Amino acid sequence: MKNLRLLTLLLMALPAFAHAALNVFACEPEWGALATELGGDAVKVYTATTAFQDPHRIEARPSLIAQMRRAGLAVCTGSELEVGWLPVLLRQSGNAAIQPGQPGNFEAAHYVAMLEKPSLLDRSQGDVHPGGNPHIQTDPRNIARVAQALSARLAEIDPEHAAHYQTRLKDFNSRWNAAMARWQTEAAPLKGMGIVVQHLAFPYLENWLGLKQVAVLEPKPGVEPSVSHLAEVAALLKSSPARAIVRASYQNPRPSEWLSEHAGIPVVVLAFTVGGSDRAKDLFGLFDDSIEQLLKAAR
Amino acid sequence: MLRPTLLVAALAVALPAYADADLDALRAEIQHMKQDYETRIQSLEARLQNAESRADNTAQIAASESAVSNSNAFNPEISLVLQGGYASLKDIPKRRINGFLPDGTSPGTTRGFSVNETELVMAANIDPDFRGSTNLVVTDGSVSVEEAWFQTLSLGNGLTLKGGRFRSSIGYQNEQHPHAWDFADNNLMTRALFGEGYSNDGLQLKWVAPSELFTELGAEIGRGANFPGTDRNQNGIGSYALYGHIGGDIGDSNSWRGGVSYLSTRAVERSGTVADFNGVDTNTAFSGDGQTWMADFVWKWAPNGNPTVNNFKFAAELFRRSEDGNLSCDDAGSLSLCSGGVTGAYRATQYGGYAQGVYQFMPHWRAGYRYDLLDPGSADFGLNNANLPRPDYKPARHSLMADYSPSEFTRLRLQYSKDQSMQNQNENQWFVQYIYSLGTHGAHSF
Repeated sequence: MKNLRLLTLLLMALPAFAHAALNVFACEPEWGALATELGGDAVKVYTATTAFQDPHRIEARPSLIAQMRRAGLAVCTGSELEVGWLPVLLRQSGNAAIQPGQPGNFEAAHYVAMLEKPSLLDRSQGDVHPGGNPHIQTDPRNIARVAQALSARLAEIDPEHAAHYQTRLKDFNSRWNAAMARWQTEAAPLKGMGIVVQHLAFPYLENWLGLKQVAVLEPKPGVEPSVSHLAEVAALLKSSPARAIVRASYQNPRPSEWLSEHAGIPVVVLAFTVGGSDRAKDLFGLFDDSIEQLLKAAR
Repeated sequence: MLRPTLLVAALAVALPAYADADLDALRAEIQHMKQDYETRIQSLEARLQNAESRADNTAQIAASESAVSNSNAFNPEISLVLQGGYASLKDIPKRRINGFLPDGTSPGTTRGFSVNETELVMAANIDPDFRGSTNLVVTDGSVSVEEAWFQTLSLGNGLTLKGGRFRSSIGYQNEQHPHAWDFADNNLMTRALFGEGYSNDGLQLKWVAPSELFTELGAEIGRGANFPGTDRNQNGIGSYALYGHIGGDIGDSNSWRGGVSYLSTRAVERSGTVADFNGVDTNTAFSGDGQTWMADFVWKWAPNGNPTVNNFKFAAELFRRSEDGNLSCDDAGSLSLCSGGVTGAYRATQYGGYAQGVYQFMPHWRAGYRYDLLDPGSADFGLNNANLPRPDYKPARHSLMADYSPSEFTRLRLQYSKDQSMQNQNENQWFVQYIYSLGTHGAHSF
């Protein structure tokens, strides 16, 4: 009986705890990091995935349902990146605030210009995303656009702290713009550099830095490359050479290592998102590190 | 001499005037050019500004374009699951698990080539408050409604209400449709308890606790028409279920879920077939209450939580079912010991379970092993103890499978089972199976 009373007390106290800070459920580390930049103490961020997990393939784990249940805002990429797991979390959470169409459901892909929108929607094309390539976080200009929208959304959901979010956005913007100018100067030698990518994960990065994508290791998006396909890529590289093979930290290292051995060009493992390397501790570190890794290969 | 001097003088006088005019003209020209450049620069600036704002606009348009779509985007998510294959089995006309009262519709597996159930699934959010889903199973000459339910989206506070016909959330395997199974056939436990799986027409209320540890409590009430209950032509609640699940992560690589479930059912004249002491089939009818307890546990491992290359899944369930009531037996062909019809008390408490592990050893390839064991426990037929043998045989089965999934929409499977679920039968079973999922298929649960 005493235990029951304690439990009731705890349950009653829970909403009060939730009020202390806005619970943000970030589907990917980059949005978790951005929410932390923009929210500071006013938000409590839970990041659902790590840089070493494939955001297309996440289990709808019980722990994620429990976190979604507590969230006041879910920040995800959208464009069907999380189609294999997010809908399950949303439906099983019993949380009305973060359902699609509610202010608590934020999709970053709505706020940037999407690349690689497929003209043919057919599963024979592999894992295609009707809304365009969802890996938008590899271009810092996209981060800036999403920051604008996310800050506004935070203020909408948590109007008490609107001024706080405004100040933090201003501060973030000035630091981010300065960093972008620096990255652009540093990355000047990368312009026109040919690269091979393992997965179509970098069109936004290529677009930003002027990298030239020569080949893709996956024959179709999301399909593991076979040895015969890798051999074709190696043959192609003889006529149109590339300086590096680029893959994200979560991807299977074997295909890129195979090609590296056979084509004699280095593999560049990009952090891809926050936490993907030792230096990519936050969004600034992510781009510092990515550009440095690419520059190393360009030299 | 004078003329040149004069000329020079005249020139000297005239030159400044001349030069002045030239300079003015030059100045005017420079001024003109300056103005010209300024206007040009201004117009260029304006054009640049225009272009910039246009680029922004196109970005915005492109961003909003994804939201614009045609009317058929409001169609429900439709998916079709094709299943079929080849089975090599012994010729056993009446397959039933020894010691367990059958569910009436014995799940006979077809020998040779066959198309299994073809599932048609349609689901969509109906409005901001509700989601709906149907699961139709098409077999030769019939369409059965496996599931047809609505579910709330906006109750909040962790509550979700589901209504209609749905697979019960008791245990773990029960809620899964055949295409999501890890083996070609169902485990013996689920088969003995419910046939393919327990579903109900009724209501389900689930509550997820606002805690970091996943805690889910659920209650279901319904018609209770399905085995081990029966349809009873009555108002009120035919069966109810209660369950709780907890789950969480251990590090990045491990996640788990466990739970306890309870199902209460009531049967009236539930028909079945049992062999008497002479091995002659008699028709039986059971009336009474059933209570089923289940415990389930699932553990999944993937290095760093990334299941793409390697992953492992372990699942195990246990049950205890007790049935209490009357069992009447009557002969089918006037040869049995039950001739004329004998009704006796029936009381049985039975146990069983399964444990399985499935390992993905390289991308697209998995291998798995499952062990099934049932214990018929203490079945007491009362008066009919004179006619019907009290079971003491423990059905068991070993299954080994390997499957290949070139994409998440395709699965090809080979399975071998050593089936000892029937006394005196030690059967080697082989299955080759395909599962294709076409269209927009909703994500699967944990």
